[in-house]
Amino acid sequence: MPRAWKYGDNVDTDVIIPARYLVTGDPEKLGPHCLENLDPEFVARKQPGDVIVGGRNFGCGSSREHAPIAIKGAGVPCVIAESFARIFFRNAINIGLRVYESPTAAQGIQMGDEVEVDEAQAAIFNRTRGERYEIIPLSPFVQEIVAAGGLMAKLRRELQAGGASS
Amino acid sequence: MAMTLAERMLADRSGLREVHPGEIVETPVDLVMGNDITAPIAIREFEAAGATRLFDRERVALVMSHFVPAKDINSADQTQIMRRFAKEQQVKHYYPEGTGGIEHTLLPERGIVVPGDIVIGADSHTCTYGGLGAFATGVGSTDLAYAMATGRTWFKVPESMRFVYYGKRQPYVTGKDLILYTIKMIGDDGALYRAMEFTGEAIADLPMEDRLTMSNMTIEAGGKVGIVPTDALTLRYEVGRAERPWRIYAADPGARYVAEYEIDVSALEPQVAFPSLPSLTRGISAVGDVGIDQVFIGSCTNGRLSDLRIAASILRGQRVHPETRLIVIPATQDVYKAALREGLIEVFVEAGASVSTSTCGPCLGGHMGVLGKGERCLSTSNRNYVGRMGDRESEVFLASPAVAAATAIRGRITDPREMSPVEEAV
Repeated sequence: MPRAWKYGDNVDTDVIIPARYLVTGDPEKLGPHCLENLDPEFVARKQPGDVIVGGRNFGCGSSREHAPIAIKGAGVPCVIAESFARIFFRNAINIGLRVYESPTAAQGIQMGDEVEVDEAQAAIFNRTRGERYEIIPLSPFVQEIVAAGGLMAKLRRELQAGGASS
Repeated sequence: MAMTLAERMLADRSGLREVHPGEIVETPVDLVMGNDITAPIAIREFEAAGATRLFDRERVALVMSHFVPAKDINSADQTQIMRRFAKEQQVKHYYPEGTGGIEHTLLPERGIVVPGDIVIGADSHTCTYGGLGAFATGVGSTDLAYAMATGRTWFKVPESMRFVYYGKRQPYVTGKDLILYTIKMIGDDGALYRAMEFTGEAIADLPMEDRLTMSNMTIEAGGKVGIVPTDALTLRYEVGRAERPWRIYAADPGARYVAEYEIDVSALEPQVAFPSLPSLTRGISAVGDVGIDQVFIGSCTNGRLSDLRIAASILRGQRVHPETRLIVIPATQDVYKAALREGLIEVFVEAGASVSTSTCGPCLGGHMGVLGKGERCLSTSNRNYVGRMGDRESEVFLASPAVAAATAIRGRITDPREMSPVEEAV
């Protein structure tokens, strides 16, 4: 069962992936440095499928897409937070990292809790505490980007349809 | 329906009679921008999606700013992706090192972005251009790639907040102090997903470079855009500079704001943000005794000519404190040239400062002044997050160039108003 790595408010992109590593866009090279400035033990100790849980304004700061790429590269399938900074949120949606806004989950989940996300039910289950949290639904427009497989998949379709310069 | 400035701009440019907060609009962009950190990923995505041509080679700006001159082999490789793409696509606004500087200072200065523009840039400080009345916001590399191919992007129409500044600023109280105080007041996510509108008599009285500084730090409050309505001062700035016709927008009387604030700037003193959030700001009289290892004057926030002028006016004839080092980086080549002509660079060098070619440099801990363990820096840049400028146990304080110059001389955070007449007169 995946476990939660719980952090506080304002987890910024400089602690998610420090600027010194922004010399590549490769997930395999960025992943090993994920959260290095916040929790240097995270990468070594996390298990495949573990999730990151933040408080308010997760991903604030720079527009570096390297931040969600590093999280994905570290093998983390999703981030749960009370709220997300808007550029990080957009980047995550665009590259296919799942992000779930859920104030109750962000408050209820503690470090190390066993959690499970059920997208069909728009809910997060905390197996350690026996709690259920609602996910705030994405807007229909954003859901379309997610369903298309990210923004570039949408672009590919538009280019094939002759809808943009090609 | 009465609309705010941001709503009015999005409605007009999206071809809609009106828009409402929360609604999604698809909007043509006047300019898209990428830098040496973000453009390489965007170029890879653009090409992988099968796009072969930019939507308009005159509406794309590619600016080398962050890790240039190349700081190591990997960053050199990244810049090669940009150099090749800029040449192939004949990008009109392509600025390799030595020709431009930091994008957010460069594009307004050269009139490449103009009032009324809709701009997205793959750098969070793209919101800077709100200072001259543009709707400009930061995005990531994938959004940049999409817009480079299509000339369009999508926005969720933001709710708007209105900030009315009144009163007369005291000496050494600048746009930087106004925005730090504002972020302290509303918090690091106080404007999350929202538009900030900066108005009032104290804004009308604020020079363009200070307005750009205020809009620059909109993102440090989580804001999507921070816009100063275009006025006579804006137009004086644009004459002889704008490369395209501008559009003037204004908020409608009776427009609805989710929050309105009134701020008396005459009561403000210079502000200092403590580690490790911009909202941890104090008036300088509440700072106490804080020793500083490094002072950095530069960045897209405060690396303009007026910033170097005020710093030089304090540093003239002075020496940097023996236990402190000072780094000064003009934000663009044009700022550098003007500073040379005015003798400002000589003032800095004589004072014992390291002066370097235009780059973002130490602001993001890239190069040219990275902090070691336990070191403290006072910086005129915009972020003081944990490890922002180097080691995760280093600390960053944010302030204006005037505070930075006074601090460099004394080696401790210093109120520029306290510099003795003797020190200033030497």
